[in-house]
Amino acid sequence: MSDMEEVEGPEGPAAPHRVIGTPPPTPRLLGSGQGTEDGGAADGHGAEVEPAEERLPEVSDYPSHASNAEKIVAWCFLIAFIAGCGFIAAYVGLEVGSVDATLRSNLALGFSLSVVMLGLGLGALIWVRQLMPDAELTEIRHAPRSPEKERQAFAEYFAEGTGASQFVKRPLVRRTLLLATLPLAAIPIVVLRDLGPLPYTSLRHTVWAPGRRLLVYGTNQPITSAEFSAPGGMITIVPDGFTDDQDALAKAAVLLIKFRPGELQVPTRYDGSTLIGTMNWTVDNIVAYSKICTHVGCPVALYEQTTHHILCPCHQSTFDAATGATVIFGPAPRPLPQLPLTVDAQGYLVSKSDFTQPVGPSFWERG
Amino acid sequence: MTSSDDFKAPRWLAGTGGWLDDRFGGARGIRQLLKKVFPDHWSFMLGEIALYSFVILLLTGTFLSFFFVPSAAEIVYHGSYTKLDGIRMSQAYASTLNISFDVRAGLLMRQIHHWSADLFMASIIVHLLRNFFTGAFRKPREVTWLIGVVIFMLGLLEGLFGYSLPDDQLSGAGIRILEGVLLGIPIVGTYAAFFLFGGQYPGTAIIPRMYIIHVLLIPGILLALITAHLIFVFYQKHTAMPAINQTDRIETGQPFYPYFLAKTTAWFFFVFAACAILATFAQINPVWQYGPYTPIAISSASQPDFYMGFLEGALRMMPAWEWNFLGHTISFSVLIPFAVPAGIIFGGLLFWPFFEQWATGDRSYHHVNDRPRNAPIRTATGIAGVVFYGVLWAEGANDVIADKLQIPLYTVTWIARVLIFVGPLVAFIVTRRICLGLQRKDKELLEHGLETGIIRQLPDGEFVEIHRPMNEEERAILEAKKVPALMPAPGSEDEHGVPAPKSRGAVGWARGVANRAFAETVVVEADGHGNGHGNGHAPGEEYAELGPGELSESSVPHPDPLLWHPHEEPPEES
Amino acid sequence: MGWINARRRRPVAGYAALLLGLVIVGLLYGALTRTGAQAAPTTAQENIANGRILFQATCSSCHGLDAQGTSQAPGLIGAGAAAVYFQMSTGRMPAKEVGAENERKPTLFTEQQILDIAAYVQSIGGGPEIPTPAQVSTVGADTALGSQLFSANCAQCHGYAGAGGALTYGKDAPGLTQATPTQIYTAMLTGPEAMPVFSDGAISPQAKRDIIAYITQTRTEPNPGGFSLGRTGPVTEGLVIFLGGIGFLVLASMWLTAKRREPWDVAQEENARAARTEETARTSGTEH
Repeated sequence: MSDMEEVEGPEGPAAPHRVIGTPPPTPRLLGSGQGTEDGGAADGHGAEVEPAEERLPEVSDYPSHASNAEKIVAWCFLIAFIAGCGFIAAYVGLEVGSVDATLRSNLALGFSLSVVMLGLGLGALIWVRQLMPDAELTEIRHAPRSPEKERQAFAEYFAEGTGASQFVKRPLVRRTLLLATLPLAAIPIVVLRDLGPLPYTSLRHTVWAPGRRLLVYGTNQPITSAEFSAPGGMITIVPDGFTDDQDALAKAAVLLIKFRPGELQVPTRYDGSTLIGTMNWTVDNIVAYSKICTHVGCPVALYEQTTHHILCPCHQSTFDAATGATVIFGPAPRPLPQLPLTVDAQGYLVSKSDFTQPVGPSFWERG
Repeated sequence: MTSSDDFKAPRWLAGTGGWLDDRFGGARGIRQLLKKVFPDHWSFMLGEIALYSFVILLLTGTFLSFFFVPSAAEIVYHGSYTKLDGIRMSQAYASTLNISFDVRAGLLMRQIHHWSADLFMASIIVHLLRNFFTGAFRKPREVTWLIGVVIFMLGLLEGLFGYSLPDDQLSGAGIRILEGVLLGIPIVGTYAAFFLFGGQYPGTAIIPRMYIIHVLLIPGILLALITAHLIFVFYQKHTAMPAINQTDRIETGQPFYPYFLAKTTAWFFFVFAACAILATFAQINPVWQYGPYTPIAISSASQPDFYMGFLEGALRMMPAWEWNFLGHTISFSVLIPFAVPAGIIFGGLLFWPFFEQWATGDRSYHHVNDRPRNAPIRTATGIAGVVFYGVLWAEGANDVIADKLQIPLYTVTWIARVLIFVGPLVAFIVTRRICLGLQRKDKELLEHGLETGIIRQLPDGEFVEIHRPMNEEERAILEAKKVPALMPAPGSEDEHGVPAPKSRGAVGWARGVANRAFAETVVVEADGHGNGHGNGHAPGEEYAELGPGELSESSVPHPDPLLWHPHEEPPEES
Repeated sequence: MGWINARRRRPVAGYAALLLGLVIVGLLYGALTRTGAQAAPTTAQENIANGRILFQATCSSCHGLDAQGTSQAPGLIGAGAAAVYFQMSTGRMPAKEVGAENERKPTLFTEQQILDIAAYVQSIGGGPEIPTPAQVSTVGADTALGSQLFSANCAQCHGYAGAGGALTYGKDAPGLTQATPTQIYTAMLTGPEAMPVFSDGAISPQAKRDIIAYITQTRTEPNPGGFSLGRTGPVTEGLVIFLGGIGFLVLASMWLTAKRREPWDVAQEENARAARTEETARTSGTEH
């Protein structure tokens, strides 16, 4: 029968625990005989402790363990040293400037740095656990609260001082002081006014205008209906003259989609008295929608040819391209605005006008 | 101890100390600091992971700031990453490519910086959960808790701006979402968006502004808050896990110098090693693969870093909902995900210590941690919160989940829409029952002792297992349970017929309900029998419906009246 | 023969006989089933005729005897050789079952057979043709432009590095690590299944080459920062930081703060060990 017992402590199994007799006390702290200096008696620890029946082993009784641990710690630190030199050598010796070279350099530098840190950490850990004695100290926890006397003295002095300042006794001075500081407090807010322009109506318009050519993004080439004749086609469009203007593109990006005859059925829709969607704005079953999602503005870029759904990858708002980009799933509150299309004299696709409603996310003044 | 452990300070050290002490005094104060006791538990090291990650962030961030160009001005790229040679990109992006491919150790520093940022947030989360479930936020540590929650909130913002600085396609999508969310705020939304971005989106102001917020403003505030957080922990002394030598009056542990100092130094190297290992073997934020930001392109699997995932999930989960009236629009599709989950989580975290005080009426000091099972309502609410956060977080990755687990995309969202309500409720109920069950197990241990595995046959043929009573140390842990006292029930009157003041009205009724929930516990009779088995209790008597616990300033461990040695005869059964 | 006979009962004899049998069967099989790799070159007409035979044997059950389509599969008049090449060389066709979409799988046909069927389908209705090797060559391509076009038109489904992504109703956009340049070209040209059509008018042949160059370079590009974690972005990074980072550190913290073996425990164990050694020595001493 074993004297040992696995004890299920609050945080998991503790080490094997002796059952016979009371647990032996922890050894005294090096040198000092007292717990704390907080004025209380050192009642927690360090005072008289009855020695157990057997002699408690001294530290020097098991030197082999300590010297073993010392060797291990020394090895850890030595390896860390070598790795540290390795880091410097790799930094000096390994060039970067291409993907492959960066891979080699990162691997060498990172590996050596990891070994340095692990070596130092392991060495320190073993030092603490195996070399340092296992000493404990007990402190008294005093309530943080100040004694009543102190509190009263504080209150009295504060009251006396406040009275001396006559801050309370002279309301004219106090109130005019407050008055004087009010603009001062407002100034840090006021000077932030020039952080940016006021929006006015800029959110309601894009750079699309009558006769502006649709260019294919990337190649910046205009496109005719004949070039975009394959049903199921989709391409990203940018406005002519603004191909490098990120601010313009952030509202003016357009998705161009080609349908088979009969598939495209954009309903005629009004927002109040404004026309916002109609088949008249399509050319040869080619329809153009704003690529800026009406949820929070991500480019709504996924187009599934078979279902003719446009899916935004950010939050999965889904629009039906065949019926005027109506919302069929997801958080987008409104269909994608439709860009009125027509053809110019050379046959290229151009916009008839700007979008007739604000593109992108909803905002308070949108209407 | 032996004399080889003694140390005599060399003259230069003693001299320097004396020089400083001449000018500042402090021998007594610093000695007290050096002797400060730190109770030991592995979970107490989680906060230090956050601290050391922050230090690593400062070090690597300083390195990066020497090379990063926080400008949105466009250039044509002709650098080392030849796949992108010839395209226009911002200087921010180009300088990030430069750091990655043209600065030695640049990519390593970038990766250590990003991994330690993730580690900072992850360790804050587990540290917060540890403090929550053990009740370490109770008086006198409420301010420390509040500071910690604010550090968490600031860390979110800091990380968001940090990974958005390189102006790549992935993080740019996140900034676009930020702008869209700002636009949706009623009345002031458009002004807020235009002021932050210096005009229309994207503009050229956002990158330098994010930069200064990321390297100066928030780190400065964080430094101050973290310092205050540590000072308070030091000054008020750390809490301790319940044990025989840890009470509200005494704490036991190892002194700061040299023991805790050595351990925490070892820990710093371990945390740095973890970041370095990750930065060596796990690629993070490969901006060269994402490409420079343009507002007309986006990738599938566009997620923010994990700590923003819960907000992203909220945006994905919300169905379409918008109001148009009198020429104005409020988009609830944006407003609710923006405000409600964050409001619940952060508001809940900030107000919980005060809610608990209100519900329990407990105004005493607590220096000993609770075992989570001994606070069933707190633990159940915490787990419900974790489930709530987890469902939002998982929904944020819904397209990756749909792709990898082959679940249709919309199905994932529908599951999340249901789970967000059902999950926390079920989690609360189940966790509370588990806690009470564990309390019953503790009660059984206290009353009947631990099983020894020794089977004995009694003369009448019956086999019994011998239990041994727990010793002092084991009992102390289980008996450290403190249960809130029951406040006067709503509407009840004292001996003079005066209704209890705090129990009046609807608020008083609510308080009564909360109080009864918090005060529910499994009662343990302190009879200290601890013999074999069969104390004569009838089955089912163990669970007392409500037990007003003791509310005391100190908790004196009960000495075990019957300390039994296995080689003695068991005492007579009474 | 006597040499073999003398060793017929050795263990290795069984293995040798089996190996011999496999080799003989393999040689016979190879001789008897000479595939198109050995076939003599045929004319275009013979290709079309061959293709028609193969079509009617395999494809007509779903696509109709004249490729006019049935309720199970669309007609292929006007689909073009490019579509046939893409679908069959990636193994998507013949389709195993009617489902959300067809996945890449090993193809049952040789390259020549696929080209024959493609030629037949092209002959009955016209359509996009298979690109020539020059058209899919990435020599001198502009990967920077390719990256821009890929970002704007492809990455939202296929992922920024071509790792694939989810679509609606159980479909997904496959990863691009296995597709050959011709397959990529024909996929863009014909828009298989849910993928949109990127005709030459929208994305010119030169631009298509740039995109192909971008894809092939990206997928072979090493990951200088370490393991790529799937090239799916921050989701896997978040998993790694919790499971790897916090997990490792929690284990390390448990080690750092574990209860130490007390000195008296150590001394007791040593005394016990010493006592046992003594005992063994004593008893073994008495034995000998």
